[in-house]
Amino acid sequence: MIKTVKLPPQITEEKLVDLYKDMWLIRYFDEKVDEFFAKGMIHGTTHLCVGQEASASGACAVLENKDKITSTHRGHGHCIAKGAEVNKMMAELFGRTTGYCKGKGGSMHIADVDKGNLGANGIVGGGIPLAVGAGLTSKMKEEGYVVLCFFGDGASNEGSFHEAINLASIWDLPVVFICENNQYGMSGSVKEMVNIENIADRAAAYGIPGKVVDGNDIIDVMNGVNEAVERARNGQGPTIIEAKTYRWKGHSKSDAKKYRTREEEKEWREKDPIARLRKLLIDEGILTEEKADQLKQEAKHEIESSIEFAKNSPEPSVDELMEDIYA
Amino acid sequence: MREITYLEAVREAMSQEMRENKDVFILGEDIGVYGGAFGVTRGMIEEFGPERVRNTPISESAIAGTAIGAALTGMRPILELQFSDFITISMDQIVNQAAKLRYMYGGKGKVPMVLRTPAGSGTGAAAQHSQSLEAWMTHIPGLKVVQPSTAYDVKGLLKAAMDDDNPVIFYEHKLLYKTKGDVPEEQYSIPLGKADIKREGTDVTIVATAIMVHKALEAAAELDKEGISIEVVDPRTLVPLDTDTIVESVKKTSRLVVVHEAVKRGGYGGEIASAIAESDAFDYLDAPIKRVGGKAVPIPYNPELEKAAVPQVPDIIEAVKETLNKRITTHA
Ligand SMILES: Cc1ncc(C[n+]2csc(CCOP(=O)(O)OP(=O)(O)O)c2C)c(N)n1
Ligand SMILES: [Mg+2]
Repeated sequence: MIKTVKLPPQITEEKLVDLYKDMWLIRYFDEKVDEFFAKGMIHGTTHLCVGQEASASGACAVLENKDKITSTHRGHGHCIAKGAEVNKMMAELFGRTTGYCKGKGGSMHIADVDKGNLGANGIVGGGIPLAVGAGLTSKMKEEGYVVLCFFGDGASNEGSFHEAINLASIWDLPVVFICENNQYGMSGSVKEMVNIENIADRAAAYGIPGKVVDGNDIIDVMNGVNEAVERARNGQGPTIIEAKTYRWKGHSKSDAKKYRTREEEKEWREKDPIARLRKLLIDEGILTEEKADQLKQEAKHEIESSIEFAKNSPEPSVDELMEDIYA
Repeated sequence: MREITYLEAVREAMSQEMRENKDVFILGEDIGVYGGAFGVTRGMIEEFGPERVRNTPISESAIAGTAIGAALTGMRPILELQFSDFITISMDQIVNQAAKLRYMYGGKGKVPMVLRTPAGSGTGAAAQHSQSLEAWMTHIPGLKVVQPSTAYDVKGLLKAAMDDDNPVIFYEHKLLYKTKGDVPEEQYSIPLGKADIKREGTDVTIVATAIMVHKALEAAAELDKEGISIEVVDPRTLVPLDTDTIVESVKKTSRLVVVHEAVKRGGYGGEIASAIAESDAFDYLDAPIKRVGGKAVPIPYNPELEKAAVPQVPDIIEAVKETLNKRITTHA
């Protein structure tokens, strides 16, 4: 039994070990994508969540399989955390038919509907009302699932954020709004783009609870989100959870990062969410150093083999262009 | 003359105007030190400061409305939207407010603003970042719509757009940003509503917009080898449309192919074709008008599919040949 921290009741020691490996999967996935992007082997654009693994993994960890999520342009982590197969994700980034979207969506549109991932989104704030709609279905059909709605600090300045959360609030919908505040929306510092300390404070305007969690501490994320998920499942309506975190890489390809300092980046790198969980697991005697390294290696190999899978998958044929437009 | 890129021409047009006119300012997302999503405003905040190069939150409805409100009260804003797809979020402000205020107020007030935004596919950014939605804007009385295709045109047209007292939707094509051309250093204006004949020819007229001007010119060069003489007309502005230049060209060639990247169905090509059908050039036509446009599909991510979704040079060549083979036969 874990002694030094409190955990949601459904989180077992085995689950924590799985989460440790999953966070490495997320990190290696995005680091590989970064590498292949630089080599010109992945095209288009992509947004990496290196440094933000704990908010994705922690939030999804407390869910049941039937629960759903909506994701963002920075969505690889959410996708893996909700149980996606990295092979199909990587194949999508390579534009192959074996990808989640048959090569038609790419990084910004990966969806894994079977696993309850209603999709990444290229439109900032675009997924927030969709989450509310999924919550409405859950309520009207009495399906009992909860929807986790991921979005960024920047997205909280879109009208869709305000309109959707108000609606979820007045209808008591089972949605948990998770703001991953990584301090910047592209180059816009949250300090310059909102005049409040916490985006979670906006919850007061909708008459719902708002809570700030340490987004780089998976335990804190799990506890905060779990409480909100329980409320939602019990018909008590939505919550805003703000996970304070940081993206280590640039916004997307070719970002000179002129809007922030290297010192600030260094400070946040020291708050590495994976290292933190590793330390906890070792201190608690759940993992040995060797076992932890082994899990890390396993994650690395899975990502490497996803690259092979992607490269060996077929390109879509032009005949498929006009398929899947209408149901 | 000096060669600069299309992107530099846009920046230069804005900078020169901002030096001349204190009422001109830019607002948009990440246009400060980041230099904008495509780097168009790079260096401008350093010259003009954060009051006149205003970095905004990610709030397309609010920033469009703010530009309109500022324009109505004496400023001359330039609004940069990172991708033209995001116009959807600004739509109420543009369509229900900017376009109509003056008319609804019985001719009082004006909205001198330019909304600049990159459009088009070809970067692998997929369905929500690659659209060509200009036809929507042309349907709205009160808006002007510009689609420059060269570095020279973009500078002169932007000057005219900034001088205009009406809301102008100014579409820049992402793939044109790096293209180069001769551009005068001094300010100059190309009137809105004046088409440009990009290549003279006698057999077939191709009216093409934005990046398709370049594809049409490539097609023309290919066809030239087969002895087919193509005239390429670039309307440059869709509203107002220089119908006269197109009519004159069609009277000369008797054949018309209209090409745009936007989805063919409901695209502006239909408007151009109808304008010819309604004009006295109709009697001169020797073949049905051909429209070449994007397929009715969201832009896919895979690069080969992406290319297949929008017109390419061989599609244009094929359309030209069809008009040459298909004569209109008069039924007795
Ligand atoms: C409606 C809309 N506006 C602008 C953009 C361009 N854009 C993509 S991501 C992004 C920043 C989003 O910031 P945030 O919500 O904080 O998420 P983060 O990138 O930090 O994860 C911007 C401005 C977009 N995709 N959609
Ligand atoms: Mg952010």
